[in-house]
Amino acid sequence: MDEFITLNHGSGGKHSQKLIKDVFLGRFGIEEPATDSALLATGDSGRASLAFTTDSYVVDPLFFPGGNIGKLAICGTINDLAVAGADPEYIAASFIIEEGFPLADLERIVDSMADEALKAGVRIVTGDTKVVGKGKCDKIFITTTGTGFLRPRREQISKGGNVREGDRLIVNGPLGNHAVAVLGARNNLSFVSGVTSDCGSLNGLIKNILESCNEIHFMRDLTRGGLAAVLNELKGMIRKGIMINEEAVPVDEPVKGLCEVLGFDPFSLANEGKILVVAGEEEYLKVLDIMLSHPAGAGSSVIGEITRENPDFVLLNTVAGGRRIIEMPAGLQLPRIC
Amino acid sequence: MRLPANGNRMKYIDEYRDKDLILKMAGLIKKSASRNYTFMEVCGGHTAAIHRFGIPSLLPENIRLISGPGCPVCVTATDYIDKAIVLAETKDAIIATFGDLMRVPGSESSLEKKKAEGADIRVLFSGLDALEIAEVNPDRRVIFLGIGFETTAPGTAVALMQARGKRLRNFFLLSAHKVMPPAMRAVIKDGMKIDGFICPGHVATITGSSAFDFIPREYKKACVVTGFEPLDIMQAILMLIHQVNSELPTLEIQYKRAVTPDGNRIAQDNLLRVFVHNDTEWRGFGIIPLSGLKPGPGFGEFDAEKVFNPSVRESRSNPVCICGEVLRGVKTPSECPLFATACTPLSPEGACMVSNEGACNTFYKYRPDG
Repeated sequence: MDEFITLNHGSGGKHSQKLIKDVFLGRFGIEEPATDSALLATGDSGRASLAFTTDSYVVDPLFFPGGNIGKLAICGTINDLAVAGADPEYIAASFIIEEGFPLADLERIVDSMADEALKAGVRIVTGDTKVVGKGKCDKIFITTTGTGFLRPRREQISKGGNVREGDRLIVNGPLGNHAVAVLGARNNLSFVSGVTSDCGSLNGLIKNILESCNEIHFMRDLTRGGLAAVLNELKGMIRKGIMINEEAVPVDEPVKGLCEVLGFDPFSLANEGKILVVAGEEEYLKVLDIMLSHPAGAGSSVIGEITRENPDFVLLNTVAGGRRIIEMPAGLQLPRIC
Repeated sequence: MRLPANGNRMKYIDEYRDKDLILKMAGLIKKSASRNYTFMEVCGGHTAAIHRFGIPSLLPENIRLISGPGCPVCVTATDYIDKAIVLAETKDAIIATFGDLMRVPGSESSLEKKKAEGADIRVLFSGLDALEIAEVNPDRRVIFLGIGFETTAPGTAVALMQARGKRLRNFFLLSAHKVMPPAMRAVIKDGMKIDGFICPGHVATITGSSAFDFIPREYKKACVVTGFEPLDIMQAILMLIHQVNSELPTLEIQYKRAVTPDGNRIAQDNLLRVFVHNDTEWRGFGIIPLSGLKPGPGFGEFDAEKVFNPSVRESRSNPVCICGEVLRGVKTPSECPLFATACTPLSPEGACMVSNEGACNTFYKYRPDG
């Protein structure tokens, strides 16, 4: 026995994918592609009508500019359901708390969970609490599980089954702010002060899109592994080419600066309030308008296109006018950011 | 003085990524390139920038860029990783390291695997962070894995000077610090046909460009000290072509906004005060005389090599791996039978696949159009 779990297995990139594939999927009898939400049939219809998801949160530090572990735990689960084409309805929340954790901090965390749920129109309906001895967990870990009804005819959104050549790729704003805000809070990096996490629920934005547009062919939230991981997962599902224009991908100046200094790639940094939407050629401008008119989409930008050429490659037209691939991030950029 | 309004402020990045200027430069390069040229970018930062911005796709086919021995993680010998692993197993040890070293394969294991098995190995951004760990853990022995060229070595020098000032007894350095010029001499002596060097801009901010004067003088090779933005690199390539065409190889500074002939005297003094040069092993080259930096007189008590004398067996690495040839510029990563099959960033066989500045890692991440 010489194999162990390393922090890389939690990175959301290649290591995580391999772990899920090798250890979990087969044993649990889950079919690929494995998506963040399971789509389940209810009653006799045989048609998927319920979305079901779960996620654990271990962010360090617990409080960071723009949010805290509680807000994150609600937004993250809401977003996993919403990008699957569902309307999030109910959430269960479980807490593992370390002995000696300040009650006031717990109350702050739970208050923001209640606030966020109220704002997003979901109900937290059940939960569980465990306390472990000092040193047996790091302060507090939260797991949230959520469910909601799938919108009719949206079963393919999480699998990209309807993606076609000519479709456009849209993101709803600048990338990398969550990872940088958490890193800055953790290490007291003065030069990233002012960067706020984008942590937020996107079900409102997504509802607006889905209520008025039919040609939404894929959606995914850009969490661990960032845009680079999602583009490569999408490539694996559709077997077509993806072409991205670097100039069109929004990244805020302080985030860009930190990436230059520390050698991070903003395309691989985690977000907690960002999605990629793939929309049909005929409809993408309408989708963009709808996104731009919602507060969570004010920074939306069309970043690229699905192509017939170069199938199985995610290609980037660089700011310098050159061309290269975008590879699935391998290994860890930053641990414990969600 | 009034600063210009926010939108017009010089940002020192975007100006050097101006697509129109870069494409104009590409046109000039194409026009001037009248024969075949091979240029080596010595620094791993240049390798990464060249591929990240897709620069090869902007160059005509008669210009070949090859990577050199300027990625610190890549040139670090397997023996060093083995020693770090031995030290990680010693009682009360905390290993403090830059993240890049974590996944470099040693003979039997890696620091990443040791950490998963329970060793206290902490990733940090500077030697001064390691010093802080030593101060707050007086009953532990903190061993900092100092790695890098003239760019990072001055930071380690400051950490050692502070450790001495604070009379810390639990802070140690396992030094893999190296200096660049002897390695460039080794590349030339290796006999590889190179027309000119894209000289390392960051190293030159410390050493001054004069550290590379010997290359055109003794070996008649073109040299341009170069910045790290795409426009910098394109301009340097054009300057190299002009030098080769005119048959007047010389040392030019393209990266004038950061580099002077004399460099950073304070950093140079700190290096001299703390370190002495020693013969040290480079992956791919073997021992290069006087190319290493180890703690000198007055700093021996911080030298982990001396204090702990970590004993390791003869190091082993995958015999098929061609990291050594890649570092000497003899082969490119895609010529390796392991590349992107048995050797990936997920499970690297050689050091060049690990670091963000490694040629194999860069080729893997950014390889154009397949």
